Amino acid sequence: MPQLIRDRALAADAWTLLRTAASFAELPENGSVIVPLALWTQQREALSGRGHVGVLLAPTDDPATLADDIAALPLIAVDFPQFTDGRGYSTARLLREKYAFRGELRAVGDVLRDQLRCLAASGFDAFALRGDRDAQEALKHLDDFSDSYQSTVPQPVPYFSRRDAFATPTREAKTA
Amino acid sequence: MYRYDAFDQRMIDERVAQFRDQTRRFLAGELSEDEFRPLRLQNGLYIQRYAPMLRVAVPYGMLSSQQLRMLAHIGRKYDKGYGHFTTRQNIQFNWPQLEDVPDILAELARVEMHAIQTSGNCIRNITSDHFAGVAADELVDPRPYCELFRQWSTLHPEFAYLPRKFKIAVSGSEVDRAATLVHDIGVHAVRDASGEVGFRVLAGGGLGRTPIVGHVLREFLPREEVLNYFDAILRVYNRFGRRDNKYKARIKILVKEMTLEVFRAHVEAEWERLKGGPGCVPDAEIERLTSFFDAPAYDVLPGEDAGLRAAIADNRAFANWVKRNVFAHKVPGYAAVTLSLKKTGVPPGDATSDQMDTVADLADAYSFGELRVSHEQNLIFADVKQDALLALWGELKELGFATPNIGLLTDIICCPGGDFCSLANAKSIPIAQAIQQRFADLDYLYDLGEIALNISGCMNACGHHHVGNIGVLGVDKNGEEWYQVSIGGDQGLRATLGKVIGPSFAAREMPDVVERLIEVFVERRREDERFVDTVRRLGVEPFKERVYAAAH
Repeated sequence: MPQLIRDRALAADAWTLLRTAASFAELPENGSVIVPLALWTQQREALSGRGHVGVLLAPTDDPATLADDIAALPLIAVDFPQFTDGRGYSTARLLREKYAFRGELRAVGDVLRDQLRCLAASGFDAFALRGDRDAQEALKHLDDFSDSYQSTVPQPVPYFSRRDAFATPTREAKTA
Repeated sequence: MYRYDAFDQRMIDERVAQFRDQTRRFLAGELSEDEFRPLRLQNGLYIQRYAPMLRVAVPYGMLSSQQLRMLAHIGRKYDKGYGHFTTRQNIQFNWPQLEDVPDILAELARVEMHAIQTSGNCIRNITSDHFAGVAADELVDPRPYCELFRQWSTLHPEFAYLPRKFKIAVSGSEVDRAATLVHDIGVHAVRDASGEVGFRVLAGGGLGRTPIVGHVLREFLPREEVLNYFDAILRVYNRFGRRDNKYKARIKILVKEMTLEVFRAHVEAEWERLKGGPGCVPDAEIERLTSFFDAPAYDVLPGEDAGLRAAIADNRAFANWVKRNVFAHKVPGYAAVTLSLKKTGVPPGDATSDQMDTVADLADAYSFGELRVSHEQNLIFADVKQDALLALWGELKELGFATPNIGLLTDIICCPGGDFCSLANAKSIPIAQAIQQRFADLDYLYDLGEIALNISGCMNACGHHHVGNIGVLGVDKNGEEWYQVSIGGDQGLRATLGKVIGPSFAAREMPDVVERLIEVFVERRREDERFVDTVRRLGVEPFKERVYAAAH
């Protein structure tokens, strides 16, 4: 049973998350791996040479650290140690909007269905559901809300600038 | 007032459906207590001492008579026939059943109401001046902007899991009636030299365990940029605010630890990137929002009603009520009326469902079918004809809402305290009632003039005790309830935090303590000096000496 939602569908996961990898030697020879930011910054050249490497950002990690790598990275994972720690939402938004990251942006950790809508609106397109949860059930929560008032990553134009002026009753029109 | 369009209604309806599903999963055991807690809090639902408590949003304090009737209905059908108006202009119900909450929310949605973000670590209900739109000292009507901020903050996807709660208050007048200096963000709607509307933005104020008066972050922000600027502030706070200690997690601590200059530099750098982008608010949207707050159809009347003048001369009780509970209106011949929810013997801010129904009828008859909730926990009819004041006074007396004590010692701001709230260290309502009983003599109260007495049952400071001229804080000492007293606090543009006078007191001592404070004031005041000004002039010492000399 896949635990990954990507592009609004269940997906097989080709990536291995190595949360504690501290040296290049710990990496498997083949296969796609996600490594902590610390390892990436220490051994950037070796990891770039290997390829198939994504980076894991902790809540306290500054996305600016990856500014020069954005175009080359196929995947960035943002960790949610507890779902109540909301720093990752801003991290995602900065990666998408400030650093123009176009690769897979994956939420990992304490990822639950009730947060999917906010995660998606902040720029995540992949969600590694917590192991004990039903990803199929979770999928439908991406559509808990049909729209947002605010500027979001998928829809940067807030509702007030998309509102059809002619379709909107003012108080006069309503009481007329 | 603002009316939902199809989009607003859809967002609210979808929120009801979402919460219904979340509640179902919790009751079915699919969501753990820890997983459900933040979800229910984001919908205003606490699990309290005796039952759940549901806090319903009253955005910037504005209510229609139809909405008030719905609140009365909810109190009757799902609660024990009453509701409690809060210090953030909301209303809470203390006895609903968890299983009923989705149905309550569905009923609220029918009258364009909700409980979204009335609790939890997210952007809370926007509060404002309860005399918005009618005060003579108003520069800009803040309500269209409050509605803009309400929509921006509603279900904001990036800021649903902040380090801590986040409160925004908006004022548009020369006098700050919205306590903007003690909010996470305070906003003053102002005009620049060319008459363009913009905002003075303050940040980092707040009460609670570490009370701090807010700092000006930006003197003038063009109005179209306001949401970009808010996004920048919230993003900096969301990223850097402390999450290791909930008592140090508010933005005020971040601003203090980072220093105002560094915090401002972060915000301005983030704003620089957002400036001019899609988050700019178009003029058309501001015009649309403003159209909902156009003046009602006022009659053209003389400035001062002759009948009113005669009635005041003729009837001392009525004259007292006019003096205390009637506020000048910018339109000739009209007045704003405060309905006092501070009758002695009734918990401050409480109203029964029957009272709410009657108030709704009176709002229809006397004030264009609208009313407001003040953060002092009273209700306001903003647009009453002066020639109707005498008749309205008669109706309000019947209802128990005509106590002529607005701004006086017995107009106590008080949280629900240990009688209801599971966070409280001590009861607060019985303290308020004991003090109200001690100072029941109205003539004496009038002589004392304006004194704000604020009571909180714990450090969370829902009763705003820090900014009370007399502040009372419930504390726990070895499982017993004690009360710490501070004096000299003030709200408004001269917001000041009160100073603690010394060791705390037992509940039974509290009326005596207040009486001694008042004695010193009466002996030492100069002419019509207000209590808080006497404290400012004399300092805490003489008050402290009297209180403790008598107590020991």
